[in-house]
Amino acid sequence: MYALIALGSLALVFGLILGYAAVKYRVESSPIVEQVDAILPQTQCGQCGYPGCRPYAEAIANGDEINKCPPGGDATVKKLADLMGVDAKPLAGGEEAEPIKTVAYIREDECIGCTKCIQACPVDAIVGATRQMHTVIDDECTGCDLCVEPCPVDCIDMLPVEQTKQTWKWQINAIAVTQID
Amino acid sequence: MDTLLEQIENGTLWQFPGGVHPPQQKSLSNHAPIARLPLPEKLILPLKQHIGANGQLIVSKGQTVLKGQALTQPSGNWSLPIHAPTSGEITNIAAMPSAHPSALPELSIILTPDGKDTWIPLTENTHIDTLSHQALIDIIHNAGIAGMGGAGFPTYIKADSQRPVEFLVINGVECEPYITADDMLMREHADQIVKGIEVMQQLLTPELILIGIEDNKPHAISAMQQACQHNKKILVKAIPTLYPSGGEKQLIRVLTSKEVPSGGIPADIGVLVQNVGTLFAVSEAVFAGKPLIERVVTVTGNTIKRPQNVWALIGTEIKHLLDSQGFEPVDAQRVVMGGPMMGFTLPSVRIPVVKTTNCILAPDNTELAEPGEEKACIRCSACADVCPQTLLPQQLQWFAKGKEYDKLEDYNLFDCIECGACSYVCPSEIPLVQYYRVAKAEIREQKIEQVNAERAKVRFEARKARLEQEQAERKNRHTRSPSRAAKPAAEKAKVADALSRVAKKQGEQSAVQAAIERAKAKKMADGSLEPDNSEVVLERAKRKEQARNYKAQKQTAEVNSNDNKSAVAAAVARAKAKKAAKVSETNDAGDAPVNPPAHAVATEKETATEEDPRKAAVAAAIARAKAKKAAKVSETNDTGDAPVNPPAHAVATEEEAATEEDPRKAAVAAAIARAKAKKAAKASETNDAGEGLANPPAHAVATEEETATEQDPRKAAVAAAIARAKAKKAAKASETNDASEAPVNPPAHAVATEEEAATEEDPRKAAVAAAIARAKAKKAAKLAQANEAEVNNTDSQPIRGTIEPPIDSIDAEQPATEVDPRKAAIAAAIARAKAKKKAKEQEGNDPS
Repeated sequence: MYALIALGSLALVFGLILGYAAVKYRVESSPIVEQVDAILPQTQCGQCGYPGCRPYAEAIANGDEINKCPPGGDATVKKLADLMGVDAKPLAGGEEAEPIKTVAYIREDECIGCTKCIQACPVDAIVGATRQMHTVIDDECTGCDLCVEPCPVDCIDMLPVEQTKQTWKWQINAIAVTQID
Repeated sequence: MDTLLEQIENGTLWQFPGGVHPPQQKSLSNHAPIARLPLPEKLILPLKQHIGANGQLIVSKGQTVLKGQALTQPSGNWSLPIHAPTSGEITNIAAMPSAHPSALPELSIILTPDGKDTWIPLTENTHIDTLSHQALIDIIHNAGIAGMGGAGFPTYIKADSQRPVEFLVINGVECEPYITADDMLMREHADQIVKGIEVMQQLLTPELILIGIEDNKPHAISAMQQACQHNKKILVKAIPTLYPSGGEKQLIRVLTSKEVPSGGIPADIGVLVQNVGTLFAVSEAVFAGKPLIERVVTVTGNTIKRPQNVWALIGTEIKHLLDSQGFEPVDAQRVVMGGPMMGFTLPSVRIPVVKTTNCILAPDNTELAEPGEEKACIRCSACADVCPQTLLPQQLQWFAKGKEYDKLEDYNLFDCIECGACSYVCPSEIPLVQYYRVAKAEIREQKIEQVNAERAKVRFEARKARLEQEQAERKNRHTRSPSRAAKPAAEKAKVADALSRVAKKQGEQSAVQAAIERAKAKKMADGSLEPDNSEVVLERAKRKEQARNYKAQKQTAEVNSNDNKSAVAAAVARAKAKKAAKVSETNDAGDAPVNPPAHAVATEKETATEEDPRKAAVAAAIARAKAKKAAKVSETNDTGDAPVNPPAHAVATEEEAATEEDPRKAAVAAAIARAKAKKAAKASETNDAGEGLANPPAHAVATEEETATEQDPRKAAVAAAIARAKAKKAAKASETNDASEAPVNPPAHAVATEEEAATEEDPRKAAVAAAIARAKAKKAAKLAQANEAEVNNTDSQPIRGTIEPPIDSIDAEQPATEVDPRKAAIAAAIARAKAKKKAKEQEGNDPS
């Protein structure tokens, strides 16, 4: 009898402690959509068929394929595969595994100032006004291509991002590190 | 147990883990004193030679500068100025290959010495005690001094350290093979170095100053000991020779037993390290007022006749250093900047000496062999034994090869000092350091990308929120004033009523209403892209249409004159005929609103543009509007050909007059041309619309350009653009089988006609002509393949209607072409094309 009471009260006390701890020290685990969204490259290019990276993240969370992101390349597919616990597969549509990063460039003397590209840009990286020349803030450009099609005079080029000393990578065997006799 | 301070004073030294003993090779260059070189022919001064931002340019091309004059001005954010190493003229400011393994071009000032070597007035100081802390920092900052040991960290930042400094460590170790620059500097200028140390002492007030020199430099040790005898706080420590004891963290460990925490800097443990070269520069700046314009560079290696240390002006080309010391290159000669362990092979010898260049090594093929082929890792763990940072090089190598970047970070890749000891001992000749360097760059890039992605996301979200807000506001505006909105609605209903009554009269009620409804739906769908009176326009168009049908058909036969107006009229008529045909085929009336406005604009503009230059702008606007319209229309297959035809004509006519007056219109013309090209390209993608569409625009462009190119050289560019656009279009068109014939053929003609005029002026157009020729060849091939079916299933009327005008215009051009012999070829091409076309027409059982 005493044993039952003792055990019961212990159980009650521990239950209360645990219950309190669960409320007090709740760990905010970010939902799967957030995690997927964090992996996606945020170009907002819509090449996956969704109107942005977040909608695609939601779709992936709901079981869509993970290989629809050409700007992310194979690296993104791999990360998504790890996160979602599915097999990594090559990019859909035979896209390149390692895409070259580009930024939009407006040939400014050909621009007629129609503002169509400004409306198309998902990250507000184009500045300009009606009948004024437009230009791209290349630091903000995600290289999504969305401004190229609306341009009525085809004055937007997608140029590969220029290499700087900061982005330059060593070539294996470029320097002399070897035995000296 | 002694305290740390006592232990150090008693001469205790500690050991860092690992290390290697590569052959010294120092005796090559440490016998001769530091030499002075003759002035080079030019100096290349990169704006950025240190870690941090570069200063702002304060000189311009052509300016004459004196020795020691500042060329850039520091502007915060760790920026340092650079100075003219000698007097002379600034001959250029341009991007030049930089002293970096990539040799990526970097903005540099190119100075041509005048040989006089005239100094600017220098402010000398004899007593530093009278100078304030900030004054000293400013002197060091404005002298452009950066760490000369290799990293190039701005010295004024270090000297202005806010944290308490327990030990000031002076790095005279110079552990890398071959290099003797610091050794010779200490032997020859020990007094100045000690003066520099005392400047630092005043700035940082350390408890103890430790000068670390490897015991393979006895002359330097004795010189330094002699120079600092008077200062009891300075201790000269001879440390055992072991690579890489010259590494900042290793030297701190050897001298003070302290360990810099992972990811930290020496200041975290109260230590500050300065290189002897930097301190020499500090003493020059403070006492003599001289900015950093030269440094000691070891020029050594077996291919150098007189290997020794030289005073090299910053900006001297490596080639000048090598040539002055007698350079005899061998086969597959390599020139290394830095030492053999940590340096990099220069891609060119036309690279300047910068503030961090301490050695130029020109080895022959035996002393520094090409690295052998990488073999498999045998897991001998020799690399782990020699790693001075106690990392696991072998493990890091696997992760680097597998691109497992988060694992690499877990294994503290960023604590790697890239000393190369692991690569040096590896029996399989695995270039371990290279793998780490690549991986480090990769991780850094990923981090930058992560930041960028985050920023893009924020911007995207902000934009979405803004758009939503705008939409909500728009909605609110409509709902808030229902009374006002109701009235127009009632009026609209009335109009609709009237319209329907009118329509009834004509016996076409259902079609009109359907059209109106569609138009309305469309308007709603794309949110007021079209003006409000579209309904009226539509109505009018509908009404006029049938009456014109008959008239238009009659006119097509009559119009043959070259007069612009009649051509336009003919075009309009033809378009209408075609449209009528289409309309009767399909119940969709989507094209009706587009056509009449175009016609109206055309007639209006014909007279208008002749008088007023301002109308160029209007014309441009119209052109844009049309381009947009056309693009939209061409997306719907069945209405494609009719609407596009007249605008093109209209624009053409309008521009003919316009371009004669105003050079500005060239730009407008260019814009129109591009718009057309794009439109055409789009149109040709849609199968059944392709035929009619591509043809007239091309014609129009041709007519327009005929006049345009005669006047303005800028138009050459326009012509080129058109040619390109056409080529693109042709390529696209030829992909679709049934549309291939008509679209490809006439554009080629058009280009030909256009180029006739153009080629007279500009040799560049030869290239364009060649492109046209190629396009034609391709076209011919395609034509041969093209199946006849498409001729059968397309309406014969439109074909005739659209192909005729080009012929007319070309005929008109022909008298002119006789003047120029080159045109013979073009004329021949036209003739051929015509013959071909006729053949096709007959083949296709054309009733005409």
